[in-house]
Amino acid sequence: MKAAAFDYVRPASLREACGYLADKDAEARIIAGGQSLVPMMAMRLVRPGLLVDINEVDGLSGITRDGADVAIGAATRQAEAARSGIVAADLPLLALALPFIGHDQTRNRGTVGGSLAHADPSAEIGLVAAALGARITATDGTRDRQIAAAEFFLAPMMTALEPDECLRAVHFPVWSGDGAVGAGFQEVSSRDSDFAIVAAAAQLALDKDGVCRRAAVAVANAAPTPVRLGALEAALVGQRPDADTVEALLPTIDAAIDPSSDLHASANARRHMARSLTGRAILQAARNAEAEG
Amino acid sequence: MPEKRITVTVNGTPHSAAVEPRLTLLDFLRDVLDLTGTHVGCEHGVCGACSILFDDLPIRSCLMFAVQADGHRVTTVEGLAEPDGGLSLIQDCFWETHALQCGYCTPGMLIAAHALLRRNPDPSREEIRKAISGNLCRCTGYGQIVEAIELAADRLNQRAPTASAEHGDD
Repeated sequence: MKAAAFDYVRPASLREACGYLADKDAEARIIAGGQSLVPMMAMRLVRPGLLVDINEVDGLSGITRDGADVAIGAATRQAEAARSGIVAADLPLLALALPFIGHDQTRNRGTVGGSLAHADPSAEIGLVAAALGARITATDGTRDRQIAAAEFFLAPMMTALEPDECLRAVHFPVWSGDGAVGAGFQEVSSRDSDFAIVAAAAQLALDKDGVCRRAAVAVANAAPTPVRLGALEAALVGQRPDADTVEALLPTIDAAIDPSSDLHASANARRHMARSLTGRAILQAARNAEAEG
Repeated sequence: MPEKRITVTVNGTPHSAAVEPRLTLLDFLRDVLDLTGTHVGCEHGVCGACSILFDDLPIRSCLMFAVQADGHRVTTVEGLAEPDGGLSLIQDCFWETHALQCGYCTPGMLIAAHALLRRNPDPSREEIRKAISGNLCRCTGYGQIVEAIELAADRLNQRAPTASAEHGDD
């Protein structure tokens, strides 16, 4: 359980960091929190030749309101996001999801951007990014580009990042003007805070009459990447999301997901969990929106 | 691989050493500094036995490399004791409620308990359980550990122990 030998650098800028990534012979990997990378190195599932530690790059950490978005720096610790007043006020879905990620000891190191870049299909932050249609800013050190969450996740542990790119920030849209906003987050795991076997996220905006005006719903670990349930969202808008209405819409999920079997659950069990957790997340979001309104 | 020169302040004392980049912070503490109170468990971030305070926050020392700790502050279980070497209030409560049996998880549990009570001096039972949820115990069971932290909170808040021994569900 010891990592294979590697070299280590701690650049002061993203330009310098991306320069290391661009050197193909270096087999460089970015390390931020390291809470997923280091276990994989200990088990020798990955053997980087060079670790590029971005913990001392200026301006890569922090949470700010940026126009209609909340911008979270890629190296922001998950614990900082969980404590953030901006997240609590403006990103209720992310606020609900963060406590499901690991434990205090891992959230104190693990970063928001690291979770996205790692692209574990069971990851909560990726699920929230997919549900809300977050935009991810990547840079090669000289040029930034934005990638929609829907285009960012390609496969388990695979993203649209180029080999010489590093994450700079993620922008989550803040909902306003559509009514009272509420969020729901549901997860099944073998132990408290363990990897999600399936997770579901929902955010709804309800008008004064309790009618859904806007909906974002997604599931994780029911397909190789987090899946936004567009058909279900469209069907929710204009309806009062009571238990019967939601129940009737859940079969539409089946066509959108592609669960696989592993030692934790069969594909059929995951299909069942995807339906029931999504239903619970929507009803939880509706209750929370009513409480807001 | 070339070694890197690092300086880490451990339990208030700066230590300098040249280390291979792949040396974990855990192995640095144990094998280089001879601070063997921090325990080696799973070595991949699951069991919590290697928990330490890094810049005052609890983390897993097996999930960091020593080179990353250069210029930072670390507190290990050895650093929790009173200056005269006596047990800290929390350690004393673990002793009193029999919150350890084999002792393997205990350093990690103590770190988690210290971090919790520093952040939240009067936690609920549920908050205590959450705070130690990243630390595995395979023999005592969690009941007496939760009880020890409750007792420590009682003492910190200078009130009579709530003396709840209903830990059958733990």
